[in-house]
Amino acid sequence: MSADVTTLVGQHRSRALAGLTRAELILFLRDKATIFWGIGFPVALLIIFGAIPSFRKPVVPAAPAVSVLDSYVPILLAFTLAIIALNVAPPVLAGYREKGILRRLATTPVGPLRIVAAQLIIDVSMAAATMIVLLLVARLGFGVAFPRQPGGFVLAVLLGGIALISLGLLLAAITATSKAASAAGAILFFPMMFFAGLWLPIAAMPSVLQHISHVTPLGAVVQAMTDAWQGQWPHPLQLATLAIYAVACTAAAARWFRWE
Amino acid sequence: METAIDVRSLRKIYGATIAVADVSFSVRRGEIFGILGPNGAGKTTTVECVEGLRQPDGGGITVLDLDPRRDRDKVRQLVGVQLQDSQLPERMRVGEALRLYSSFYARPADWRELMGLLGLAGKENAAFGKLSGGQRQRLSIALALVGSPRIVVLDELTTGLDPQARRDTWALIEGVRNRGTTVLLVTHFMAEAERLCDRVAVIDAGRVVALDTPAALAAGADASQRISFRPATPIDDGLLRDLPGVVSVQRTGERVMITGAGNVVNAVTSLLATHGIVAEQLRIDQASLEDAFVALVGHEHTDDITTGGTNVG
Repeated sequence: MSADVTTLVGQHRSRALAGLTRAELILFLRDKATIFWGIGFPVALLIIFGAIPSFRKPVVPAAPAVSVLDSYVPILLAFTLAIIALNVAPPVLAGYREKGILRRLATTPVGPLRIVAAQLIIDVSMAAATMIVLLLVARLGFGVAFPRQPGGFVLAVLLGGIALISLGLLLAAITATSKAASAAGAILFFPMMFFAGLWLPIAAMPSVLQHISHVTPLGAVVQAMTDAWQGQWPHPLQLATLAIYAVACTAAAARWFRWE
Repeated sequence: METAIDVRSLRKIYGATIAVADVSFSVRRGEIFGILGPNGAGKTTTVECVEGLRQPDGGGITVLDLDPRRDRDKVRQLVGVQLQDSQLPERMRVGEALRLYSSFYARPADWRELMGLLGLAGKENAAFGKLSGGQRQRLSIALALVGSPRIVVLDELTTGLDPQARRDTWALIEGVRNRGTTVLLVTHFMAEAERLCDRVAVIDAGRVVALDTPAALAAGADASQRISFRPATPIDDGLLRDLPGVVSVQRTGERVMITGAGNVVNAVTSLLATHGIVAEQLRIDQASLEDAFVALVGHEHTDDITTGGTNVG
């Protein structure tokens, strides 16, 4: 019987990841607040901004080709990444630890790592889907061009996504409860969105704020996406900033994450 | 008889705290084995080492002749676990949880049948967050059994259940054992251990202080008999104290209560007959497992134990 069990273990593990991912998807779709803030809200903001006539004007007179709406599309993409990475994932993961779900899974053949993986698969898929919807609505609804440097854009999104997800994992690692993780995510979210240009586009910021913005994760990813939109490769400084956040947060999360 | 779980000189330390000092016991296949003890005695840490969740600092454990840490993949297929205070996501439904957990095992049980056995029939679409405490507990037991385990470890099995649900759960656990599953049960409830367990290990301050059948533990207590009555005419306590086998004599109002071992009942009744004293409202009780437990672990812990009734917090 025992040899038999060994051969079945591998097979059941991959099936278990599929099952966990399906379960995480169902739970994600049942959470109306997450659907609203993570998916509905950025798309609604885009539609509202697109409908405001003054948003068709240039951000700065020096660059007449870039309208306020153009400059907001990368900001809304960053908003989507930030909501899911900082406000959706950390409370779920900290809650799984708080409720003993990770410990319970540690007693099964599947182990606790796969439910974290399943949650991240769903988060990344949902963020990617929402960003694609944003790009399409901006293009088809309001004539915002696709990024002129697609390779640089994809690179910026990937690096930014990894940096933010690893920051979210770090929040889940250092908070004891789902509530604490929510609070930490919310506290980080608003200043980070400020430096991403949600209230004041980066190009319109005083130079001191611009410099600070470029070393925050969301400011760096918005600047990198904006550069790619306008046909340039993202500046190495912003890519390096994102890479440093990704490596540092991943290392810190791995160091401090507890399964119980 | 074959051994299902063997724990030898187990030791587990957290920082400066010795959670388990020296625990040894062995559970036979097909047995319901209880671990009884006051809070903080090391019961949960002991079973966590058996489950492979903790690395022991000393001693050895084998589960079905496997090492719970080294052979963890095999052990996890063969051992089902119900943890104290383990929950599920609020929005996950009963049927989804059972189907998901059954997919983790090579030879899962029929989860729909388990739902029926545990009184969860018709609850398939109920969200975990909407379940009552008792329903959550029964779901947790169902999840422990969904992999058709050879051994099931149940920590505080019936905490939070009402008396009827508790009796139903006991019957279910007996049924599980009758189908060949070995049961390791951690409990606070004396009545539960007395009713369910073939043998019980009493753990106190990280050590096994007694290990026997519940009946033998109860009989082994110093004061296994308890006689109480109201003497029709006054009697001198000193005469009672001098009787062979008497451990204590106490008075509550006019009532005399005598505890003792061996032939103490005969000694008391013949003394009363000699003096022509009628014993009114005579009651004679056998010691229970609870009396043995109190004798073993001392009185300072008795707040922690529960004899039945409602539940512990």
